[in-house]
Amino acid sequence: MSPRLPSPGLYAPGSSVLHRAPAGIKLAGLAALLTVLVVREDLVAVVAGALLALVGYALARVGARVALAQVWPLRWFVLVLVAVQLWLAGPQRAVVTAGGLVVAVALAGLVTVTTRVSAMLAAFTRALGPLRRLGVDPERVALVLALAVRAVAVVSDLAREVREAHAARGLPPDPRTYAAPLVVRTLRQADALGEALAARGLDD
Amino acid sequence: MITLRGVRLAFSGRTVLDGVDLTLPEARIGVVGANGSGKSTFARLLNGLVLPDEGSVEVDGLDTRRDGPAVRRRVGFVFTDPDAQIVMPTVAEDVALGLRRSPDSAPVRAARVTATLQRVGLVGFDDQPAHQLSGGEKQLLALASVLVADPAVLVCDEPTTLLDLRNTRRVVDLLLDLPQQLVLVTHDLDTLAGFDRVLVFDRGRVVADDAPDAALAAYRSLVG
Repeated sequence: MSPRLPSPGLYAPGSSVLHRAPAGIKLAGLAALLTVLVVREDLVAVVAGALLALVGYALARVGARVALAQVWPLRWFVLVLVAVQLWLAGPQRAVVTAGGLVVAVALAGLVTVTTRVSAMLAAFTRALGPLRRLGVDPERVALVLALAVRAVAVVSDLAREVREAHAARGLPPDPRTYAAPLVVRTLRQADALGEALAARGLDD
Repeated sequence: MITLRGVRLAFSGRTVLDGVDLTLPEARIGVVGANGSGKSTFARLLNGLVLPDEGSVEVDGLDTRRDGPAVRRRVGFVFTDPDAQIVMPTVAEDVALGLRRSPDSAPVRAARVTATLQRVGLVGFDDQPAHQLSGGEKQLLALASVLVADPAVLVCDEPTTLLDLRNTRRVVDLLLDLPQQLVLVTHDLDTLAGFDRVLVFDRGRVVADDAPDAALAAYRSLVG
């Protein structure tokens, strides 16, 4: 039985030091940490990243459920990843690969739960400003990125609804009957979102 | 003023609207019809979400085909399902998104967001996750997200269909209190009592166009 957790990636209101930190600095810090994780690819970096994430969530004071919600959707994927890595590359590689993924998602989640999307949008727009002379529309790119962040929570909610609909009908878990309605609903949601953006004049 | 001239529209070979000629200067216009009668497509035409295959649609002299972005700034659209309309994660952010291209300064935008939330009765909801609101609150948020841009015309496609009686009343009272020209597509016939004009759609055509009493009587006799 899965615990009923908040949707991942949603802003959790607060006044902690992390909430008050500028979005640009948090995003730059996240990019730097993820780069270290990817470049070093060792146990020390994973453990250090995990400790940093734990300290970060404690500082953010968003609660354990919000913290767990950021990585919980990864559980099945991580299990498969660990199994494959154990088989192909051994235990240390399995811990570094799967641990690195969990730490990266936890750190990214820490940024999204302590940063309003509008603040991220403004930071992206500022960062992309110099590209305007190359024909890039920073506002449009920032909106796409903001929508991508939002999509994590939306698809997660849709997946939960499909799971609940299956459970309500007494159907056993089956990837075939689970994937089809999820994909259809996700595509319909994307269509509706496109229409809503157009209706609000955000497509010009 | 909204003007439709010789509008015809088909989807996948099926005629959805045919021969629609209307001039709509009234402040409160109701639209009724059975499912599939073409009323939602008619509503989408007014905002330029859908373009006619033949004929033209104009709002205050702006053609939806030629002046699409300008028409959409002028005509706000509220969908049946507010979940489809809410884009940003929190209430205030979603309302503020409507001001994304506004030349106003950040404090002025924030003040407009606050004032709009106050207007729809969502004071104190600023940081609430938008998708975790109740159905009625979500529809009020969808309305606020449109109203913040101060459109001249508001088109609502069955905005109360998913709401209970109390929230229906809340949304309808708010809509009727707005200064904007209102085009309301609805199955709630009682709501249209005080409207200036009601259009009845059937199989893609306007089959009755009158004051509420006469138009709704025609609709009821059509339904049988």
